[in-house]
Amino acid sequence: MKATEERLDELRRQAERTGRVDAKGIRAAGAPLPEPGAEHGYYGLPLLKPPVWTWEIPLYFFVGGAAGASAMIAVAAQVSGADETLVRDARRIAALGAVISTPLLISDLGRPERFLNMLRVFKPRSPMSVGAWTLAAFGTLTGATVLADELQRRTDLPLTFVSNAAGAGAALSGLGMATYTGVLLGATAIPVWAENVNMLPIHFAASAVASASSLLELCGHQHRALPLLASGAAAYEVYATREVARSGVTSTALKAASLLSGPIPLALRLLGIRSKRARRAAALASLAGSLITRFAWVEAGKVSARDPRVPLGLM
Amino acid sequence: MTTTGFLTDSTLCIGCKACEVACKEWNDVPDDGFLWSGLSYDNTLTLGASSWRHVKFVEHQPRTGCGGNAPGHSTWQFSSDVCKHCGNAGCLEACPTGSIVRTEFGSVYVQPDVCNGCGYCVVACPFGVIDRRPDDGRAFKCTFCYDRQKAGMEPACAKACPTGSILFGDLDKLQRRGEERVEQLHAAGMDDASLYNPTDTSVGGIHAMFLIRGDSRAYNLPPKPEVPTTLLPRAWTAAGIGAAAMVIGSLAAFAMCGSGRSAKR
Ligand code: SF4
Repeated sequence: MKATEERLDELRRQAERTGRVDAKGIRAAGAPLPEPGAEHGYYGLPLLKPPVWTWEIPLYFFVGGAAGASAMIAVAAQVSGADETLVRDARRIAALGAVISTPLLISDLGRPERFLNMLRVFKPRSPMSVGAWTLAAFGTLTGATVLADELQRRTDLPLTFVSNAAGAGAALSGLGMATYTGVLLGATAIPVWAENVNMLPIHFAASAVASASSLLELCGHQHRALPLLASGAAAYEVYATREVARSGVTSTALKAASLLSGPIPLALRLLGIRSKRARRAAALASLAGSLITRFAWVEAGKVSARDPRVPLGLM
Repeated sequence: MTTTGFLTDSTLCIGCKACEVACKEWNDVPDDGFLWSGLSYDNTLTLGASSWRHVKFVEHQPRTGCGGNAPGHSTWQFSSDVCKHCGNAGCLEACPTGSIVRTEFGSVYVQPDVCNGCGYCVVACPFGVIDRRPDDGRAFKCTFCYDRQKAGMEPACAKACPTGSILFGDLDKLQRRGEERVEQLHAAGMDDASLYNPTDTSVGGIHAMFLIRGDSRAYNLPPKPEVPTTLLPRAWTAAGIGAAAMVIGSLAAFAMCGSGRSAKR
């Protein structure tokens, strides 16, 4: 910073107002200095390391979850004999989600060029390893489903069995895509995640179902199963909100996400059974809620890691 | 190969930071920035990707055997922190590439040529030790001087320590030596001396033990560290419930609503 008369005035005003100045290299001004001790740990410094993940990871949680649930919806729609455009669109959303997910996950690596090392071993005890393999399977199977679908439509090749078998596999790995991210966060040393380990995978599954059915609705599909599914997921989110609040997690983003995922779409869907606009609004709210949910949870982990009191058993 | 360990005795540490310097120099660990912390004489503050030894300066009022200072002047316990090389290591369990391995010396080692910087070990360590180095992208922590041990030498920090505060050797022998030292200190009136080694938790004991005085929490040493893999059964059960709900929910929703009314607008 270039020293100017204005800067000196600014420093003086800040010092007068707050009794301290904030500038690079100055940190000791927060007197009285904390002491180490049984009550505050080592000078109140964090005991754990915060997650290093940036925006790609929560966005991946959202996209991968929606894609996974979409693959499941495709199978359910097909089994029930629903319109084939719905089945096809659900399969396409799943495949597109896999295509977007992969670069998101790779670009967050510290060494993206080594992403294939993820498939060097399979470690069932590492949720990250399970997740990498799940994504690999999901990407392959959703791609195969859509490819077989298209080929069959254009060439009359007898590929129904292939696309259905691949679709079933995609749904199976899709269940993993929608839930493993909750395991990934829950089974860590980060207090706020570990405390909610019983809830996170179910919470993320509900969020995934809500976003997949909302996406399909926004694509123009009017099958009544979609709002029904989305309402069920929203109802669970209302319950999850209460659980999260009880575990003492306070974060504005998480509150906003809960409102957008639970009560708001639920009310809109119940009140507006006959209103197309209410349904659209509900779908948009669910999608936004689902997206913010993932960001809010990753952020909550970063905040939680800074507080040494939980790992030290002080609260 | 015998399992080796560290015993870091804070009652012998003089806070010279020779271990920090030796570690940096031997392992070519880069600068991690400098900040006057104002927290005693500790400007390293925490272990991290580029701080593999860290001398803690725990200040308190004078106590028997804790520095010979005048009454009313605070005194220190110094304790040189390091990766615990857990018996059951969270980082190793979490690593999806198999980069983090258990060596023939029982230590936990990150293979830098395999790590792809996914960052999962960072949130799996119950001691907040391992971290990703921002400009490099990979995760780093104490290697227990794997290279030196392979050549039959002691780790750099232990060699540089001038007071014998950092002892290196056979893990079982060190454990016994630590217990004896605690007895010795108790006999000398230092009742608050203890050996920090959480053997009764899921971490299953650590290979870098600490002899400390007073409450372990003042050193940011967690009283009950748990390896996160213990949460896996609960986490996967929840995932199973979530997946089952997805299957049943979507099949039921579509069955209830029949096949009709799905025409595209
Ligand atoms: S202290 Fe952390 S980094 Fe060291 S072995 Fe244990 S889990 Fe791994």
